[in-house]
Amino acid sequence: MPTYIKLKDGVAAWAEDAFTTVADEEKLPRGDVIISLERFKTEGDHLLVEGRSLGVRLEAGEAVEDLVYDLPRLSVIALVFPKFKDGRNYSSARLLRDRYGFKGEIRAVGEVLREQAGHMVRCGVDAFEPYDGSTPEQWQAAAHRYRHVYQRDSDARVPAFVERAQ
Amino acid sequence: MYRYDEIDKQFLADRTAEFRGQVERRLINEITEEQFKPIRLMNGLYLQLHAYMLRIAIPYGSLRSRQLRMLAEIARTHDKGYGHFTTRTNMQFHWIKLREAPDIIDKLATVDMHSIQTSGNCIRNTTADPHAGATAEELDDPRVWCEAVRQWSSVHPEFSFLPRKFKIAIVASLKDRAAVRIHDIGLYMRRGRNGDLGFEVAVGGGLGRTPYVAPTIRQFIPAARLFSYLEAILRVYNRYGRRDNSFKARIKILVASLGVEEFARQVEAEWEKIGEGSDLPDTELARIRGAFTPLPFETLPASSSAFEEARLADPAFARFVRNNVHPHKQPGYAIVDVSLKAIGETPGDCSAEQMDLIADLAERYSLDDVRVTHEQNLVLPHVRLDDVPTVHAALAAAGLATPNVNLISDIIACPGLDYCALANARAIPIAQHIAERFADQDRAELIGELKIKISGCINACGHHHVGHIGILGVDKKGEEFYQLTLGGSGAEDAEVGKILGPALPENRVTDAIEQLVEVYLRERQDGERFLDTYRRTGMAPFKEAVYADVH
Repeated sequence: MPTYIKLKDGVAAWAEDAFTTVADEEKLPRGDVIISLERFKTEGDHLLVEGRSLGVRLEAGEAVEDLVYDLPRLSVIALVFPKFKDGRNYSSARLLRDRYGFKGEIRAVGEVLREQAGHMVRCGVDAFEPYDGSTPEQWQAAAHRYRHVYQRDSDARVPAFVERAQ
Repeated sequence: MYRYDEIDKQFLADRTAEFRGQVERRLINEITEEQFKPIRLMNGLYLQLHAYMLRIAIPYGSLRSRQLRMLAEIARTHDKGYGHFTTRTNMQFHWIKLREAPDIIDKLATVDMHSIQTSGNCIRNTTADPHAGATAEELDDPRVWCEAVRQWSSVHPEFSFLPRKFKIAIVASLKDRAAVRIHDIGLYMRRGRNGDLGFEVAVGGGLGRTPYVAPTIRQFIPAARLFSYLEAILRVYNRYGRRDNSFKARIKILVASLGVEEFARQVEAEWEKIGEGSDLPDTELARIRGAFTPLPFETLPASSSAFEEARLADPAFARFVRNNVHPHKQPGYAIVDVSLKAIGETPGDCSAEQMDLIADLAERYSLDDVRVTHEQNLVLPHVRLDDVPTVHAALAAAGLATPNVNLISDIIACPGLDYCALANARAIPIAQHIAERFADQDRAELIGELKIKISGCINACGHHHVGHIGILGVDKKGEEFYQLTLGGSGAEDAEVGKILGPALPENRVTDAIEQLVEVYLRERQDGERFLDTYRRTGMAPFKEAVYADVH
């Protein structure tokens, strides 16, 4: 089974991937799958009835709002970062966590580099398929590079303005 | 002035440690230049024509003496003995060695400075009125808000990978000395109906190949709600700004394509969903405000005999006062502009010795405060009138008392083809030729306020679109040509200039400027600036003069 990095109680560790990511043109294998938003719209109900756990792959530019009513039925949202510099899905992650209360796994896929670890974790991403071969140790170190943060965000970190008031 | 606390210092230390590690990985080829590029760009390190360029942030253009001295030290040790102040009120060093960059960053950190977010598609240095805290015109000190924005935007989790760079400017007086309407977000401090403080919010200004003056999307946002409103604007932009073409990726294109009303509607809808959870608590704003006030001003008479006597006795000092000295809110004080536009020199350049001198003067005579203007000059904001003659003499001895602020030789120019890999043409020599042609100070004063701005390419770093006379370098079959625009303004009467006619060869540019000036002097009516005359007469007489021999 392939592995990816998953946060457990805030600590990055290897995890076995129980989900198979399936492209639109591929036939569905057995078991739990991550499929596109388009495919989910047509086949999602049927697959859920079969008792599978489902993940939806959200491309950069696809709206999280389209998934709001299905969120309680989903186990994974895989956010695609097509390029290191494409930051649209940071907003998606924040909205999924803060506005729509998604409790499942938010996984970063695509060109996912260590330099983004801190940003992703802060926006509520808790699983990663690193593109640069990072280990969980490297990921953990990168994600916690800063002892302080200036903004309130989707993670539990205490922003500087609250630290100062304490 | 704001001083870093332990939290700010540790934040910066963590960043510098990270950067040192990244440079080391690059130097031993553990990462390629391609992989290193986005990393170095997040730290203001560019690869230019001849060497690395390091751009250092000067938040809202505000410096203390020890910070300016550190810039001098870096200029001496790591560059060729000088630095360049930019239109973003930052400092650039153009001759940097990669292996020395981490040491420079470490040195900067010792004086609470850095190069974070001076490049890349993130929120850049927020600029402010360079007379903030000194002018009587303002409602509030805009630096309080700039500092809050600086912290909020530092390594922002959601908004660090935007479609394109993002620039914010804040002023709190009616006079706009920060070119607010050519910013991605421009904030004007206003008072609401109940007398409460807030901001008029303009979004979508910018220059480059499609220049726009930012339209107002909201007349008044209460100051306490500023940060949730900024979040709403940035989120709409981050999600819907174009990413397929970097020339169309700035927020101005999104605002223009949606239309101002629809863009504003989307921001409002997002803002309502965000709620107050994203606003900064009043306690934090009060803490930041406390860092800027009160200044230890002395109680002085409104006029100074030393100042008045020097003005009568010394025509050079009188000229300096007319052009470079401005009223201060505190009786007995003045705001002193230090021109970095000495005739024949590079606009915005400052030698290490000059930096040291200005730092000394600031420490002794200006409450340890120096400002950088977007027009590439410096300001000593709090000088006692009694001390202005002494300060003038010291500046004059260092070639820093050129009495030309806002006059024809006070030119903005980008580094151009002398340094920049993007440029089509040189900008600095054009500025130098024009300044030399108008070196006669009587004539320059007779002409009055005239803002010339020069860019070496369409990216418009020299703000040519908003020059009263703009000059844009273009490449015509390998030769440098220059396209002139008239009628632009970056001030409170912001407007994008219009093209005068076909581009001119380099050796025609200074003559053309002179012809434009002659038309103005011939046509002008009482009290009109060049810009006012142009707006009244239109392009025709100017065009006629410059292209007469073509017909």
